[in-house]
Amino acid sequence: MGEEEGLHQTPFLDTMFVRGLKRKCFDGEEDIEGTLAGIKAIPSYNLQRQSLLDMSLVKLQLCHMLVEPNLCRSVLIANTVRQIQEEMTQDGTWQMINTQSTGQASLDRLVSTDILCRSSRDHQAEGKHGPAYGTFNKDFESDQAQDNSETMSTASAVQTPRNLQSNVWEMESPQENKGNFQKSLDQIFETLENKSPNTVEDLFSEVDNSYYDLDTMLTGMMSNTKMGHCDSLETFPSPTNTASNSNCKSDLNDLDHIVEILVES
Amino acid sequence: FPIYYHLQAAVTEIVFVFSLPADIISTVEFNHTGELLATGDKGGRVVIFQREQESKNQPHRRGEYNVYSTFQSHEPEFDYLKSLEIEEKINKIRWLPQQNAAYFLLSTNDKTVKLWKVSERDKRPEGYNLKDEDGRLRDPSMITVLRVPVLRPMDLMVEATPRRVFANAHTYHINSISVNSDYETYMSADDLRINLWNFEITNQSFSILWRVWLWRRPWGPVRSSPRGSSRLMLGVVLSSCTVFEEPEDPSNRSFFSEIISSISDVKFSHSGRYIMTRDYLTVKVWDLNMENRPIETYQVHDYLRSKLCSLYENDCIFDKFECVWNGSDSVIMTGSYNNFFRMFDRNTKRDVTLEASRENSKPRAILKPRKVCVGGKRRKDEISVDSLDFSKKILHTAWHPSENIIAVAATNNLYIFQDKVN
Repeated sequence: MGEEEGLHQTPFLDTMFVRGLKRKCFDGEEDIEGTLAGIKAIPSYNLQRQSLLDMSLVKLQLCHMLVEPNLCRSVLIANTVRQIQEEMTQDGTWQMINTQSTGQASLDRLVSTDILCRSSRDHQAEGKHGPAYGTFNKDFESDQAQDNSETMSTASAVQTPRNLQSNVWEMESPQENKGNFQKSLDQIFETLENKSPNTVEDLFSEVDNSYYDLDTMLTGMMSNTKMGHCDSLETFPSPTNTASNSNCKSDLNDLDHIVEILVES
Repeated sequence: FPIYYHLQAAVTEIVFVFSLPADIISTVEFNHTGELLATGDKGGRVVIFQREQESKNQPHRRGEYNVYSTFQSHEPEFDYLKSLEIEEKINKIRWLPQQNAAYFLLSTNDKTVKLWKVSERDKRPEGYNLKDEDGRLRDPSMITVLRVPVLRPMDLMVEATPRRVFANAHTYHINSISVNSDYETYMSADDLRINLWNFEITNQSFSILWRVWLWRRPWGPVRSSPRGSSRLMLGVVLSSCTVFEEPEDPSNRSFFSEIISSISDVKFSHSGRYIMTRDYLTVKVWDLNMENRPIETYQVHDYLRSKLCSLYENDCIFDKFECVWNGSDSVIMTGSYNNFFRMFDRNTKRDVTLEASRENSKPRAILKPRKVCVGGKRRKDEISVDSLDFSKKILHTAWHPSENIIAVAATNNLYIFQDKVN
């Protein structure tokens, strides 16, 4: 492809992700002729999409390893991951990945989805907020993770199944309010899903206390010690459709291993 | 120490190239008259250039900028609470309008905004009683005569003194500051919060937290309207807010749509009637009265659209380019890669790509328009997309408030260009 100073060689990815290319339906039973031609294209697209997902996860992990993540960048990358998840859910590949038998290669996928579906809302550490920033947060002394906003009512219904997930992930970090950060982040994502404001008035008509929680969380979080990379994965938001991942279990060693795989791939 | 030389070219003349020995220029800003040009760099230094007065004796030296003052604005700090080092890199400089003989500017790094006073001293007192000319203290018992110190002229000295320090108000990195037209307050913004400060009060500020919907579409920097602080401020929630958003084009959608539509810079026009926004691939001009779509869209480097995945991988997709208006709001300018920068004439709809590079700018050479070849045959002077150097990015540019003089920061070099002088 000629000289490529500064641009990596990802021609497939580039052409694949050119505009307009959304999902392809993965229904191989019908239209055999189509599939023959499609077989080359479809797995390739899925592979590339998976590659993009992995890339994004790595970036997100690296973001969260920083004591002060670049917020804008983290959100953009997280949203990209969500988009991929949503698309993969729609075309069924998400479920496929989850039900795959456990091989080493698919373990990567399993664990990466484990990361995605990990819910640390089990860590209902109702501990106090981290130290707020002097006078600046006194306006936002909200009560601990109390969802008193009605926008949370729909969210809580979805939350319940996830609360049942067992999570052997021990929080070794002294950050007692990380669970709250996760919870707040989830709530925010869900709020966005359940309620798309159509007007500016809608947006700002309700006081969303959970968001103030978030800022206090983040402020508190930042003042604690540096996160280990294992813990950083905790902060990744859970998607809403992970009921099938009830047996996502992993321990530190596996995750280390997987992170290495992801980083090296 | 800086080296600079003069180059001349037709169409656009390179007046001045200033090179910082080791540091990357991180911000460039003219003051309100254009007499001064401030640069901030990664090492926390501010260098102020002053325009040479036009003299009839040397007409070809019109518009030359010379170093006026250099000072260390920010030092690296260590935040013990958070166990992290705070970079001294200057993110933004904003001039205050001149009210007396001294100049005032705001400079900020990630965490702390400082108000600096830059003043000239051309006299000094001589004839102290208690110390001699070298500054050594005299033995009081040796003094037999008292005298009044007198002010004597001296070589001009420009000194910068910090007058205010506004700290500890931002959880995330400060990405922009903006002085309100009342000149009594200013705003500083990070990704999550906007603080409204009064210049006189350094230990508190009025803080506005972004609402939930920010997570959907990360918001860009903040500007206040030149017309008055009662006027809407882009993206600020006080009593009212207008959201400028163009509906997404569904046919153009990809996984990167959101990232590339993220706004990296926003500037009000000098008239106050328009807003210009810069996202990754385009510059858009909005009419303040119409928030549902821009009135003009300019493609900066659309040939990158097919390279988005690579640019995501190497993080270039997160580069934050700035954009500027010229004095009459008829031309807009923004940077690109390979040390290219682009100018768009809003009236004629013509555009040009220029390069800020020493190699291609010999003395008295013509500054040639550049062109990127998208596909097919590459002509002699064209450069192919794959040959672009993505490490050479022009993120920061500035335009003189009234004349056609521009300042372009290319890594550690500052270029000043102007219209050709006959």
